[in-house]
Amino acid sequence: MMLPPIEELKTALEQLLPGVSLSVDGHALVVTPKDLEPVCQCLKETERFGLDYLANLTAVDYPPDRMDVVYHLCSMAQKHGPVTVRVSLPRANPVIASVTPIWRGAEFQEREVYDLYGVRFEGHPDLRRILMWEGFVGHPMRKDYVPEDQNAPEAA
Amino acid sequence: MAVDEGLRSELQKQGVYVTTWDQLVNWGRSNSIWPLQFGLACCAIEMISTAASRYDIARFGSEIFRASPRQADLMIVAGTVTKKMTPQVVRLYNQMADPKYVISMGACATSGGPFHTGYNVLKGIDRYIPVDVYIPGCPPTPQALLEGLMKLQERIKSRGFGAAMADRQGEYPVPAFGETGLKPKYNPEVWQPPTQHPFDYQRVPQPKPAAPGTPA
Ligand code: SF4
Repeated sequence: MMLPPIEELKTALEQLLPGVSLSVDGHALVVTPKDLEPVCQCLKETERFGLDYLANLTAVDYPPDRMDVVYHLCSMAQKHGPVTVRVSLPRANPVIASVTPIWRGAEFQEREVYDLYGVRFEGHPDLRRILMWEGFVGHPMRKDYVPEDQNAPEAA
Repeated sequence: MAVDEGLRSELQKQGVYVTTWDQLVNWGRSNSIWPLQFGLACCAIEMISTAASRYDIARFGSEIFRASPRQADLMIVAGTVTKKMTPQVVRLYNQMADPKYVISMGACATSGGPFHTGYNVLKGIDRYIPVDVYIPGCPPTPQALLEGLMKLQERIKSRGFGAAMADRQGEYPVPAFGETGLKPKYNPEVWQPPTQHPFDYQRVPQPKPAAPGTPA
């Protein structure tokens, strides 16, 4: 079964979840941070969508004040997708609900986004750095991150 | 003491073979180099294909890749050395038996390669351990790796066994993880930062502003 176009998906979601504010930007469904959890739950549980597989979770840094988290959802049961869901967060303090309780596979991807972009996922079971080591300072995929100068002379 | 080449070949024609202890030992040593079996990134794929039947590193006596550093005498650093992997690489080197050799295979192991300006990659394994042969390329072809191996064989042959044993490498300090990278950034005993590096964007010397009054 084919997935409806994103505009119809938005209308359908608005009917199922009265009170959520959704918008469409290009191919993406833009969700406000507080609505993310019900929208994701609905996309997974409603049989018509059946988006049971989180294919990808990543972030995009838009300095100076925006940080987006992007979700790509597919359906294994109905063989359709992907659907792009996007949330905009304030760059200074990006906090968003974790989707790990909904899709178990989000755990490591959220840890990676936390490690490299500094987005905190509330309700994540084990939010630690995954690629960089414990004790590393900063989030290197942020556009204003300046890597160390490895050639700087060591103090003797 | 070296035997005169001309005399040696004359004697060989008559069926008399002369050699020296060093030549004999180094002939054996250089033709049975056992590499440590590990790969770090895409270069390792070329190393694997060098070991496979088509390029057949066995022709040079190096087909026995050992999975234990205790049984290996050559470390082929094949691929990107991330900062997170560096302590393990140095530790493996420390655990190898003397006399031991290092081939830095590819742009990454030599200088950080395509990741030179990144935040997570070491700009060359020679910052922590001494490297004998550098192989350029991204990745180097199997032929290039074999050439590097032949260069290493020449290097082994050029040095008496006693001398090679005498300058034992010993233990090199294993770097620790710091807040932005490894601590220390390099081992001053094996590597010193270049005072001027043409390709290092962070250290490009700025032109001095002309002193007032000097003609342009
Ligand atoms: S030098 Fe090139 S081929 Fe080799 S590990 Fe680096 S990126 Fe990969």
